[in-house]
Amino acid sequence: MEGIATYPMISLLIFFVFFAILFWWVFTASKEHIKEVSEIPLEDNQPKQ
Amino acid sequence: MEVQQFYYDNKIVKNFLYATLFWGIIGMLVGLLLALMFLFPNITDGISFLSFGRLRPLHTNAVIFAFVGNAIFAGVYYSTQRLLKARMFSDFLSKFNFWGWQAIIVAAAITLPLGYSTSKEYAELEWPIDIAIALVWVAFGWNLIGTMVKRRQRHLYVAIWFYLATFVTVAVLHIFNSLELPVSALKSYSVYAGVQDALVQWWYGHNAVAFFLTTPFLGLMYYFVPKAANRPVYSYRLSIVHFWSLIFIYIWAGPHHLLYSALPDWAQNLGVAFSVMLIAPSWGGMINGLLTLRGAWDKVRTDPTLKFMVVAITGYGMATFEGPMLSLKNVNAIAHFSDWIIAHVHVGALAWNGFLAFGMIYWMVPKMFKTRLHSIPMANFHFWIGTLGIILYALPMYVAGFTQALMWKDFNPDGSLVYGNFLETVNEIMPMYWMRAIGGSLYIVGFIVMLYNIVVTVRSGSKVEDELAEAAALTRVSKKRTAGETYHTWLERKPIKLTIFATIAILIGGIVQIVPTILVKSNIPTITSVKPYSPLELEGRDLYIREGCVGCHSQMIRPFRSEVERYGEYAKAGEFVYDHPFLWGSKRTGPDLLRIGGKYSDSWHLNHMYDPQSTSSGSIMPAYQWLVRNEHDRSNIQGKMEAMVSLGVPYTEEEIANAEASMEEQSIQIEENLYADPDFVKTYEADKKFAAENGLDFVEMRDREIVSLIAYLQRLGTDIKVKETDELLSENK
Repeated sequence: MEGIATYPMISLLIFFVFFAILFWWVFTASKEHIKEVSEIPLEDNQPKQ
Repeated sequence: MEVQQFYYDNKIVKNFLYATLFWGIIGMLVGLLLALMFLFPNITDGISFLSFGRLRPLHTNAVIFAFVGNAIFAGVYYSTQRLLKARMFSDFLSKFNFWGWQAIIVAAAITLPLGYSTSKEYAELEWPIDIAIALVWVAFGWNLIGTMVKRRQRHLYVAIWFYLATFVTVAVLHIFNSLELPVSALKSYSVYAGVQDALVQWWYGHNAVAFFLTTPFLGLMYYFVPKAANRPVYSYRLSIVHFWSLIFIYIWAGPHHLLYSALPDWAQNLGVAFSVMLIAPSWGGMINGLLTLRGAWDKVRTDPTLKFMVVAITGYGMATFEGPMLSLKNVNAIAHFSDWIIAHVHVGALAWNGFLAFGMIYWMVPKMFKTRLHSIPMANFHFWIGTLGIILYALPMYVAGFTQALMWKDFNPDGSLVYGNFLETVNEIMPMYWMRAIGGSLYIVGFIVMLYNIVVTVRSGSKVEDELAEAAALTRVSKKRTAGETYHTWLERKPIKLTIFATIAILIGGIVQIVPTILVKSNIPTITSVKPYSPLELEGRDLYIREGCVGCHSQMIRPFRSEVERYGEYAKAGEFVYDHPFLWGSKRTGPDLLRIGGKYSDSWHLNHMYDPQSTSSGSIMPAYQWLVRNEHDRSNIQGKMEAMVSLGVPYTEEEIANAEASMEEQSIQIEENLYADPDFVKTYEADKKFAAENGLDFVEMRDREIVSLIAYLQRLGTDIKVKETDELLSENK
């Protein structure tokens, strides 16, 4: 089957782009937001928005 | 924003907890029975529904789906409601999930010992139960996603993503691996054959580990460890990165179960590469779990829950380092088919799954029954004896694995095998099997101590009531509120989109590996001399599947000098094209059988099945006397052949019409061959005479199960004959 090698190339590109964006987001997320969501399991039924 | 009052459903959690404890002890006791059968192979002789081959899948299914499965549901139902500040979406779906799951387990407990099995590991349950699993699983997911939609906590905490990925991926894996064509009420054939079936099976099998034994437990870890330590998770950023990388990478690791097999090289190499990459996201999880306890290590000294969780997470780290190491081809060449793999499985299962479940149980039960744990010293004792049990299980199995594998490979200077008799290698590791049984027993003793502790705790507590909670409903998200929101934060509040993206992530690996293996013909070069099984051989193959022979015997000779010397020509992909399902096996408790055809006489096979120790001194194989005595029901042979035709096996209409006659001819020939053994003649003729004199029914040898099985065994591996000519037999095009 000709051109089968394009499929792994496409998947590599998808993989690379996805993770590049993910890492960018992770490193730029605000500290405050991170603190807030880390503490979700520790809350006790406080009203939350 | 008005604060709403609602109740968390604790009763469903209680039910799942009870089920976890109940099935846990049963599943582990079956495991102990199996361990004892290595030491005393004849303890259940004559009782077909207690034979090793049939009980092994009962053990694996019970501990994975009944014990771990119920633990998952208990923990997920408890944590999800509290993380989302909402009662489960539908009480009906909760109950359906619970009762449906228990019904499936009971169906497994009945059908597996009776021999109704597909033979595919961790997917042995036959097609009607597969349908039930799909329905119950959909109910679970619907309940989970419905709760997410009606939540009062906008942000979806990381544990929820792990639960979602679990739901989505297990659904996909189950559906695609369980594609099978029913032949009768409790019998089906895999739509895939040979190499393709192997790939789909291990795409499923490895990801059952990933998405049933790992991701839900990582989710539980992200909830229960912070709760027990009263500290937030170490790094939320890390949890995001390792979540996405884990679910993406894990899927591709399946081929590491098929290294040096007839699976095409490109697929094997992908499996190796991705398995090694998997160290990073797995250890991300371990690091996050352990470092959450920063500043709380003094609590570990006194709190049994935290002790269990620390060992659980450490065991997870060990197993997820060992796994990638085992995926390196040179390591795998030694470990595959040996007890090293068993050791690896049980480190993960007993430490990661078992201990995390125990930690969760010790934490949840006192809370839900509003009391204190009856005895902390008992819980600590459980911890220590359980840990000792894990060590005494795993270490002997490592030694057994290395020892046996190296013995299999040992050559004399003249090129002959040092241990030409397989049984020499079995005999050498018997002491390790003893130690493993002791280790497993210790682990079970710990479990029993926990059972007692929990029962007394429950009795001293109050009845489990649904818990009253308060939270404000989510208001509409205004433009002002979303200012400064990033993409992932946006995604975290959109459960449906999150589900879809996670689904896409997990589908990629499967599609890349499986689609070319099915569509690209050159992956499985055709061998013209390979023909379908004869009707009698097909019936015999179904007996091999029924008795679970694949649990102890492989049919995959790897391209190593030592294997070719011991077993014959190594396996070629084209030999398995008509094998629905494949029977390559994963463990050599006994020798490989790929080329057993023609090596022993029909009489040898009869004697060996009737009493393995009579032909093979020191064998630990149990006796299969019922095969020698029972009449074989071959009445559905035409249905079976027609099903095979639908799946692409080229039986002609004439062959199907002629099936009965063909079976008669082949079975009579085998019966005649058996007459070569004078001892057989004596006892058989005496039995016949006795029956005639007493007016009893007598089943002729040709109509008995053993004859079909012999037909199958004598066919194995005989289709290809390696001749040293220059003729081109196959090529990749």
